[in-house]
Amino acid sequence: MSEDYRSMWQLLGLDLEAHDALLNVLGKAYQDIFLAQKERPRGMEYFDFVMSEVHGLRIRELLDEKAAGRKIIGSYCVFVPEEIVLAANATLVGLCSGADFAMEEVEKCLPRNTCALIKSSFGFKLGKVCPYLESADMIVGENTCDGKKKAYESLKDLVQNLYVMDLPQVKSDQGRALLKAEYQRFQAALEDLTGVAVTAASLKAAIRTVNAKRAAIHRLSSLRKADPAPISGLDALLANQVFFYDAPLRFTKSVNAICDELEKRIAEKAGVFPEKTPRILVSGCPQAVPNWKLPFIVETSGAVIVGEESCVGERGTRNLTDDRGETVEEMLEAIVDRYYQVDCAIFTPNPQRLEHIQEMVAAYQADGVIHYGLQFCQPYLMEAIPVEKTLEQAGIPCLRLETDYSMEDVGQLKTRIEAFIEQLH
Amino acid sequence: MRFAGIDIGSRTIELVVVDDAGEIVCSLQTDTGFDPITAAQKLIAEVHYDRILATGYGRNLFEISFEAPTVTEIKAHARGARVFFPDALTVLDIGGQDSKAIALFANGRVKKFEMNDRCAAGTGKFLEIMARTLGFEIDDFGREALLAQKDLNISSMCTVFAESEVTSLIAKGQSRREIARGLHTSVIRRAAGMINRVSSAGAIVFTGGVAKNPCMSALLRQKLGREILVPDDPQLVGALGAALLAGQDPSTAQTRPIKKMPPAAKEANENDPGQAAPAERTSDRPGI
Repeated sequence: MSEDYRSMWQLLGLDLEAHDALLNVLGKAYQDIFLAQKERPRGMEYFDFVMSEVHGLRIRELLDEKAAGRKIIGSYCVFVPEEIVLAANATLVGLCSGADFAMEEVEKCLPRNTCALIKSSFGFKLGKVCPYLESADMIVGENTCDGKKKAYESLKDLVQNLYVMDLPQVKSDQGRALLKAEYQRFQAALEDLTGVAVTAASLKAAIRTVNAKRAAIHRLSSLRKADPAPISGLDALLANQVFFYDAPLRFTKSVNAICDELEKRIAEKAGVFPEKTPRILVSGCPQAVPNWKLPFIVETSGAVIVGEESCVGERGTRNLTDDRGETVEEMLEAIVDRYYQVDCAIFTPNPQRLEHIQEMVAAYQADGVIHYGLQFCQPYLMEAIPVEKTLEQAGIPCLRLETDYSMEDVGQLKTRIEAFIEQLH
Repeated sequence: MRFAGIDIGSRTIELVVVDDAGEIVCSLQTDTGFDPITAAQKLIAEVHYDRILATGYGRNLFEISFEAPTVTEIKAHARGARVFFPDALTVLDIGGQDSKAIALFANGRVKKFEMNDRCAAGTGKFLEIMARTLGFEIDDFGREALLAQKDLNISSMCTVFAESEVTSLIAKGQSRREIARGLHTSVIRRAAGMINRVSSAGAIVFTGGVAKNPCMSALLRQKLGREILVPDDPQLVGALGAALLAGQDPSTAQTRPIKKMPPAAKEANENDPGQAAPAERTSDRPGI
């Protein structure tokens, strides 16, 4: 890394030594997991570059945006509406999570048996290794599960600029009204922060930008229906992860470029794995960078992941926002409609998720489903049981896993996953 | 053609060779020790075979060292159990570090399985450490536990916590046999839970080294009210299953002969594979 980045990180208040250690581990993991794959699409070079610069060039860009007067909004959840952020002349980025860091410090603030995702986000803050968090002008928390909403009470003491959004947990008229009221409050908070009023024109442009980004990801997902699979699940997951970091227009263009390449591959019947390789749908908890343990084990054990029913995946990106509204109010309604369909396990009841999993199994011709649950993530772990039952009744093999970001269960996971893949042959 | 299956477990390594008809030609066993690859190398140098398939927790290490294909313990035990009990629909395998409950389809394919999480709670290692804490030889542990007048409740399944619980029960002057029985009961409770999650009725084939412990099958029968079938030499079932799969299962059609020997092991091994192979040893164990 250049000295330029080191001084940038220092200015952001990062712990340089710890941050070096993190980047070393990340670089090594990326090498072993991604670059070691065979027959990767050439378009993945772009994502390799993004990952190599995820704490470098991208942060530099964000700081340049800040210098030019834009605000940076950090988020932990797909319920934070990017359309409104963009319309208020701000940039939305996903905040760091996905790896164990500074756990001794974290366990001074949070119970040990808190889910890995929440502990990780605290670890990146307490370990001072997340440049996104340190660059953010506003950090948006959201009252999803009990773990997250209580954790934000503690995070408030660790950061200066936490904004907490309430979310409904029941899909009713009142629930929708709450979501709308919260999005309006969020819009006002953003306008206050940026000094820029959301207008019909800026909101319309923002909706189109975000829709284009989602449409590109939909296109990529849809190409994964082919057998042989034209792209590995790991690479597709990476695109879904970079969705949260990259500049929207550039991301859209790069994903579409990969799709052009994949279409040629499909026409030539060329794949990253042989035809008839067992096809797996992963369903459950989000997989933020660098949470690659599960897909790595699956794809080095003789199967290919063809879809992610996840917030980092189709659950997060599935729907587009209707862009036909003419007023801010009409478009806000459309935004609420769009986000209201996200079938997060915090909702009760949540039958749409079960339907979506089955739809995805059919659409992607999955031979089996791996339900990925983070330990102590009650909503997803609880839903895993009805998911498994329903799939089994439909004759679709399902493997329920509970894991975290540590490496201590890799051997056991490998045995389970291999045995599951053997079942699919 | 002769097909070998090697089961590299955390405690022991088993090797079984079968012929074209699936009949066992020989079987060998050794301790895994701290160098499983050398131990495995020594075993395979003693037998003739055309193809080999590895299973067990050390299978991936074997795969890298010998370029041999692998199969999970789950599939291997399912296949091996069917040799002894062709109609079996449920298999319980308790080995050194892992325990698994496996449900089968009528045709023998794996339908569903459950496996212990991470630690050695409820496995052979747990029983071994507890036997040592109580001063029993591992082979006597189950027999002694069966002689107990009553069960002492052991509340902890974590090996380290259970060990301190046992130590404090000894200090209170409780009977060693009764403590032993309580420990067996706590392992059975866990195994029964796993079995119930995959299957609800019918006979259970009990495999893996722990199946040799008579208290385990007795308590399991009592707890579940289901028939418990223990093959002779239950610890060989995984290796036997792997051997049969090496020869018979079309899904392991990619099976190929060993291409290379690990350099370190080759140097250490005096039985140069280029020379005439040593005479095969047939297992002195009856049954398999």
